[in-house]
Amino acid sequence: MNWTQKDLLDIESLSIEEVRHIFYTSTRFMEINSRSIKKVPILKGKSVVLFFAEPSTRTKTSFDMAAKRLSADSFSLAATGSSLSKGESLKDTVMTLQAMKPDAIVLRHSLSGAAGFIAGHLDCSVLNAGDGWHAHPTQALLDGFTLFQHWQDFQDKKVLILGDIAHSRVARSDVQLLSMLGCRISVCAPRTLLPAGISQWPVEVHSSLEHACRGMDAIICLRLQLERQEAGLLPDLREYSSRFCLQAGHLEQAAPRARIMHPGPINRGIEISSGLADCADSLILEQVGSGVAVRMALLYLYLARSKSEQEISEE
Amino acid sequence: MSYTHIQNVVLDSTSGSLILHQGCLQAFIPDSDSYDTPSAREQTLDGRCCHVLPSLTDIHVHLREPGFEYKEDIASGLAAAAAGGFGRVLAMANTRPVNDQGSITRYMLQKAHEHHPDGPFLYPVGALTRGLKGKELAPLAELAEAGCRAFSNDGLPVQDNELFRRALEYASDLDIIVIDHCEDSFLSAGGVMNEGRMSDYLGLKGIPHVAESLQVSRDILLAAYLDIPVHLAHISCASSVELIYQAKQKSIPVSAETCPHYLHWSEELVKGYNTLARVNPPLRTPDDVLALRQAVRENVVDIIATDHAPHADFEKEVPFAQAPNGISGLDTALALCLDLVRRNVLQLQDLVRLMATSPARLFGLPVCTLEPGRPADFILVDLEHRWTPGPDTMLSKGKNTPCLGQTLQGRVMAHFLGGVPVINRL
Repeated sequence: MNWTQKDLLDIESLSIEEVRHIFYTSTRFMEINSRSIKKVPILKGKSVVLFFAEPSTRTKTSFDMAAKRLSADSFSLAATGSSLSKGESLKDTVMTLQAMKPDAIVLRHSLSGAAGFIAGHLDCSVLNAGDGWHAHPTQALLDGFTLFQHWQDFQDKKVLILGDIAHSRVARSDVQLLSMLGCRISVCAPRTLLPAGISQWPVEVHSSLEHACRGMDAIICLRLQLERQEAGLLPDLREYSSRFCLQAGHLEQAAPRARIMHPGPINRGIEISSGLADCADSLILEQVGSGVAVRMALLYLYLARSKSEQEISEE
Repeated sequence: MSYTHIQNVVLDSTSGSLILHQGCLQAFIPDSDSYDTPSAREQTLDGRCCHVLPSLTDIHVHLREPGFEYKEDIASGLAAAAAGGFGRVLAMANTRPVNDQGSITRYMLQKAHEHHPDGPFLYPVGALTRGLKGKELAPLAELAEAGCRAFSNDGLPVQDNELFRRALEYASDLDIIVIDHCEDSFLSAGGVMNEGRMSDYLGLKGIPHVAESLQVSRDILLAAYLDIPVHLAHISCASSVELIYQAKQKSIPVSAETCPHYLHWSEELVKGYNTLARVNPPLRTPDDVLALRQAVRENVVDIIATDHAPHADFEKEVPFAQAPNGISGLDTALALCLDLVRRNVLQLQDLVRLMATSPARLFGLPVCTLEPGRPADFILVDLEHRWTPGPDTMLSKGKNTPCLGQTLQGRVMAHFLGGVPVINRL
């Protein structure tokens, strides 16, 4: 497949063929990641700026490792200690970066639409590593890819997304990706953590976790941001966890071998019981491993658009 | 004494010539009537088939001076008003310093007179509370004395119901109407666009329409209880319209305005994080747009005002949540409203009612009519003229309008105030 896209801003702008191609390419990088020497020279001479204007450990490390394993040079930029904290506008910051001619900018930003905003001003590729509540396409793709390695076929698979849907870019991107692949999605959360227009989403809505888990093939738990309580959306964490913490008992109603996922970092005992997070059907650490492969695939597709597929294995 | 003849104009679908004398309208002579050809000493103008309408009144603008002259100043704001067909504007108090004392009011009036001695005319709106902080009353009598024609906490609405009640009572002694920006600031906190399908989709925090209508209901209840008029600014949603309709059925003394943008655009325009579509109250749903169109047609909403809110380009070139609220409206309002006339939503007479007669009457400003003997305050509008809002065609410093770069139809070709042309593109 000839990769024509310049930026990865959200899931919506990908076709199902492109998603399948990303999965296919990721599979090949999974193989490279299982070698003893995990480095290939296909992006040698390319430079990738990791611009994380919001704190992040795993996404940033994952991108950094992906870039280095492809022999690209990666440069980190954080909001604190950068000119953004001196009041420079985002546009001025990225125009400055542009002048240094990077090949791609990976952006994490607290404001929805920030990745699209900078992409409009830049000639290089922009990969959205999470913008506000809007989108986290690489997380959704790694979630999808993790399931793909177990399922192959997504048609009519039932997936529950549990937790703070309203303020979650992961939920938005997961719903888009998994619906596109043919899954039937449910969500479960207190009403205060559901988007106002949830009735117009292609999802089934539950307020009881017992009912929500019935027949599920996979359950994606979302991290509860502790500031939701301060904002008055929840009485307290204890009450939240008594209603919405995924426990072993809930899985009795789920499909056999239901997969447990979480984008991390986990609040053990709040959105998922500690035992479940570590159980045999938990894919949580597998997601992290897949994440590196998916991000290698994405960097490769967006940065080496002209190279043919054979080169991955040849090199 | 000399007469000015403006030939070839249309008044109430009749072609003819308009004759001005000593700043007043002397007569309109239909082409079918006999007409003495003006002598060589008299001034004649070709009206180029323009329609004659009364000069308009805009009761809701932000001219940014003093304090934010990089966005707009009184000279440029009034120039945009002239070009847009507005001969009189009420300017809100959220300047820096806030217009909460007579000296600021007098400063604004002096600037207006200095730059536009023949008009458009500026009528300052005084802050309802000191510093617009919503804690204590501003010196309303002093502000009225200095020339304020209304009071408002626009932009920072008073949340304290007791204070708002006292403000209404105190202002009523001075016979000055309070304009309320209706917004429950708890319900709207942190919101940047309408709450609903589109805010979900974009991952932006929403402002529910009830944040407005809840405050509308408060104001209606207080207006009824106190029997004191309240004017409701920039109504944006169907739920508010419903409440205003019911209040008027009961003859409660409320009046309301909406803006061209709420009659034209819905939240769909925000898609792609279009900061030019960021405004407060936010653009609502297509159903709200339809409800507002019906409301202005049926006089449930009495007035169309621009809520002209100019900003500098760089302020809107930011991620959506960082952009300031506001649409620059003076240059484009009439053209947008004429679009509603072309679509048969409104008649031309409705526009005159909504943009000239009703606003002037409500705030005690000169009501422009086109009768002989009245001051020659009128505009000549070319209903067919196509133009593109942009840096070269807009006189406001703020080019922040969603119709930037689009083609609009209908333009003021001349604007006379007291017989003096303040705009002449003929």
